[in-house]
Amino acid sequence: MTLPIVEVEYRLTLVELCRACNAREEDVRAWVDEGALEPEGRQPHDWRFASAALPRALTAARLARDFEIDARAIALVLELMDEIDRLRARIA
Amino acid sequence: MLAGMKFRDYYETLGVARTATLDDIKRAYRKLARKFHPDVNKEKDAEAKFKEVGEAYAVLKDPEKRAAYDRFGENWKAGQDFTPPPNWDAGFEFSGARPGAGGTGGGADFGEFSEFFESLFGRGGMGAMGGEGPRQGRTMRGRGEDHHAKVVIPLEDAYTGARRSLALRMPELDDEGRVALKTRNLEVTIPKGIRAGQNLRLQGQGGPGLGGGPPGDLYLEIEFEPHARFKVDGRDVAVEVSLAPWESELGATVRVPTPSGEVELTVPPHSGAGRKLRLRGRGLPGEPPGDLYAVVSVALPRAESDDEKEAYRALSKAFSRFAPRAE
Repeated sequence: MTLPIVEVEYRLTLVELCRACNAREEDVRAWVDEGALEPEGRQPHDWRFASAALPRALTAARLARDFEIDARAIALVLELMDEIDRLRARIA
Repeated sequence: MLAGMKFRDYYETLGVARTATLDDIKRAYRKLARKFHPDVNKEKDAEAKFKEVGEAYAVLKDPEKRAAYDRFGENWKAGQDFTPPPNWDAGFEFSGARPGAGGTGGGADFGEFSEFFESLFGRGGMGAMGGEGPRQGRTMRGRGEDHHAKVVIPLEDAYTGARRSLALRMPELDDEGRVALKTRNLEVTIPKGIRAGQNLRLQGQGGPGLGGGPPGDLYLEIEFEPHARFKVDGRDVAVEVSLAPWESELGATVRVPTPSGEVELTVPPHSGAGRKLRLRGRGLPGEPPGDLYAVVSVALPRAESDDEKEAYRALSKAFSRFAPRAE
């Protein structure tokens, strides 16, 4: 049996990230504009998203779809969720 | 074929009356969706609740589906064994796909509707029972979809790396182009130093390509099994170490469990309850590795014999000025 190659620290392009979280390019751009995602690179075609951005983008995609909320609200929700995670970690 | 299928009371799920208006239904759904959204609510059953609520809403917000569903009247109770009567849907026509099903079982999707739903409205909410086949005539060449799965591993695997066999259920196209859920077994190497929440990418292991296109990728999200002793925070791991009062005050060398085996820990004097002693580099491996924190708790021995009681009295005498309740 051949083992598939497992990548841990990969970088995703804008197109790859969109595909991985089933989101439209314009949505991902808007999340970046609002600071909810912080890729390396200046222009969208140079953007490289760290692998840690994927769970965040997946959450953003689900929030956008399930609550029909815009990028600004998503950025706010993500920040509040980060804060909740920090507080939870402190009481754990 | 659908043995053991239970009737679902969609009105009960949303907590609305059978006479509820569309606005009532929408409000009830939105409130529950916010409450149970799995990205927001970390309770274990949140995802199942969210799906139930979404399914109820998909039916009740759609006048055609709601009317068809209402035909069952109030004779059915949630949880009753259920088989749809033959031709129950005669005279109804269902249109529109289910909410949020971006593509076929989309990448960011939380999954399928219940068997109960599918028995009534068919897969994906399209015409029930022998309507149009799933996505015929799609001959264009395209890349397969990316898939996501969660993998729960013991913490120890992250210290050593491990090989795991995974059984993944994913939709696949058969030779005739039909979509079927297939179980695929995949052997995966979990790399040493992996952390909870990290995603592994397995190129070409996602959905099959269309018309000879390349397959999509598979992303595996790592989660640790809850551990009775160890708590994980990013790369760092914490373990409680229980000390006798004299060990905590005078210092001691004690053995402490870590996920990579026991180590000797030097407890400095005056290590009261709550003090965190850091074992550098004993957290999750990596560049740099995490740290292990031994969190001190102090266990008081019970005074049973006269000698033991005398020891506490001597302690009390020696600490006559100790005021534990002083501000």
